[in-house]
Amino acid sequence: MNNTSKSGLVKYRDNLMSIKSSFLGSFLRSGKPTSDKSRTAVVVNNFFLHLHGAKTHVNSLKPTYTLGLGLISFFLMVIAFISGGFLMVYYSPATETAYNAVKDINFVVFGGKLMRNAHKWSGEAMIIFVLFHMARIVYTNSYKRGREFNWVIGVVLLILTFVVNLTGYMLPWDQLSYWALVIVANIAAAPKELTDIFGVTQYFDIGGATKEILLGGTEPGQDSLTRVYLLHIILLPLVMCIALGVHFWRIRKDGGLSKPDNVTADGTGIVNISSPEKEGGIFPTHKTYGLMELAKGRTPAVDNDVENTVTSWPHLFVAEIAVFILTLAGVIAYSYFVDAPLKEFANATIPENPAKAPWYFLGLQELVSYSAFMGGQGLPGLAVAGLLLIPYLDREEEHFGVWFSNRQGKLIAVESLIVGATAVIGSLAFVINFGWFRNWWPNIHQLWIIAINPGNLLLGFVVAYSLFVIKRTGSTRMGAISLFTMFLICYVILTYTGTVLRGPNWDFYWSASQWPIH
Amino acid sequence: MSNKAGEKEKVSRRDFLGLVAFGAAIIGSISALAGSFRFVKANVYSEESKQFKIGSIENFPLGSTKKFDDKNVFIFSDEAGLFAISAICTHLGCIVTPSEFGFQCPCHGSKYTHDGNVIGGPAPRPLEWFEIKQEVDGTLTVDAAKTVQQGTKYLFA
Repeated sequence: MNNTSKSGLVKYRDNLMSIKSSFLGSFLRSGKPTSDKSRTAVVVNNFFLHLHGAKTHVNSLKPTYTLGLGLISFFLMVIAFISGGFLMVYYSPATETAYNAVKDINFVVFGGKLMRNAHKWSGEAMIIFVLFHMARIVYTNSYKRGREFNWVIGVVLLILTFVVNLTGYMLPWDQLSYWALVIVANIAAAPKELTDIFGVTQYFDIGGATKEILLGGTEPGQDSLTRVYLLHIILLPLVMCIALGVHFWRIRKDGGLSKPDNVTADGTGIVNISSPEKEGGIFPTHKTYGLMELAKGRTPAVDNDVENTVTSWPHLFVAEIAVFILTLAGVIAYSYFVDAPLKEFANATIPENPAKAPWYFLGLQELVSYSAFMGGQGLPGLAVAGLLLIPYLDREEEHFGVWFSNRQGKLIAVESLIVGATAVIGSLAFVINFGWFRNWWPNIHQLWIIAINPGNLLLGFVVAYSLFVIKRTGSTRMGAISLFTMFLICYVILTYTGTVLRGPNWDFYWSASQWPIH
Repeated sequence: MSNKAGEKEKVSRRDFLGLVAFGAAIIGSISALAGSFRFVKANVYSEESKQFKIGSIENFPLGSTKKFDDKNVFIFSDEAGLFAISAICTHLGCIVTPSEFGFQCPCHGSKYTHDGNVIGGPAPRPLEWFEIKQEVDGTLTVDAAKTVQQGTKYLFA
């Protein structure tokens, strides 16, 4: 060029004049997304977009297929992270100051109540949507063909979601926080039930050690609050982000979202603009193959009808932004109308009556009211193990990516819903009316109660019934549908019972209006 | 270890040293990990002492019941003497309240007799009984860190 002929100041002025276009050009390297090539470049060249494929299969964009549940869970987490960062401005994790800080946030800080509500409700909504997301994966048969391990990571994320909610609940240091901490610490200590039976507690007190590590002492205090705070703001979110990163990365590596083998673009209303006419060559016509699409392994496009993909920009991103806006609007609207609870300042001498955990743990609280060890550790552990095993025990390739697999799957789901609900309601009705071993034979050995209690029997029934379904239908897929459906209905009904039907002293009442006045 | 003689000689000297080094690295890593876990178990707890004074014997006339709220301990007095029973439910640590049959836990419905024996609910163990000592000046001290046999009652002059 003739740059050398210009004077330094002229070059400087020219650069200054063109700063808008040169800055934009440096920021957005790929230019305007006006052609398929540049639309692809937008995705590939942008840090935030590049975890998406440059092209997206039309099936992944069908709202009725994914229901946007994974995205909603992710966006709820983003909302919780951001609102949580704001709350940290005023919160201070000391037993003397924590409660007043939360009260200040609620009643003094500008926008504080909305921010705290948004944090609380987005966190709790995560539990619901992560469970829904999980249900979508199960019912559309999407935990297969390389996705088995991503299901495992998903289960880990579910557990993290529960634990991060639980630790958050303890931070206000109100009555709920304090007694939840007492109960959780003693659930951690529940293996004592077993070590006591074998008389080895004084040599090998794994339960007591866990409890003391969690509390930083033998009873809740400043050390406990410090530890719970550390878990809530650093450790758990960090592990969650790493697990989520792997979760997303594996979606790409496992071949994108699941889809039925015979899916077509018909009826989606999205015009596929990227299938040019092609004559000859080694590949069939009407297919394009880039270099990446020829690569070995499970890259998104290998053998996955390329003709039914569209460019991610704009089709996918418009959908994602729409889901985000709806999620944020939902959280803000709910937070505007419903306040997060805040009870009295923590009082170590008087538990509330009834002392209830947050709603998402009340199903477990019903189970720990049979046996602390089985309800708090044994049964949840077995339930998680059962969830983890689903993709490894059901490996049928048919009906991949199809809601409920087929007509039989729908029938099995409905049947399991009814059978599971009957079983759980039946066992609850029995316990409420007749009590259990300890009420009949007060001196019975604790080992009998650990071995045989309504929770164990319910789990045994659920497993036995799903095996029966496998035997009857000759299909492990039907067993998986049955098992998961019964797991879900048990969780829902136990949670409802713990939330609504249990009153003072954990006695049964049809509604809170019948609670005795005291 | 095996000799040159015979076919047991499968591991060469170089491989053997490599395996030893590898094993040492694994043992070292596990120890470091165990030490890190040990780090989080506090050596000193910033809590009040589990021992507390309850005053002289005159505070506990025959047939009386007193609860020390901040310690969560009941002190009973009957013909056989004084005895201290924990108010902390052995199920999940809630505080029991006295009731007509003995004690009742609000959290998960455990029920105990007046002696602390479980008669209902999920509690796996009876309520704990604690040691009561008499100091040289005649006042009494309860040690909630020392559990004693259920039914241990103390007669003081």
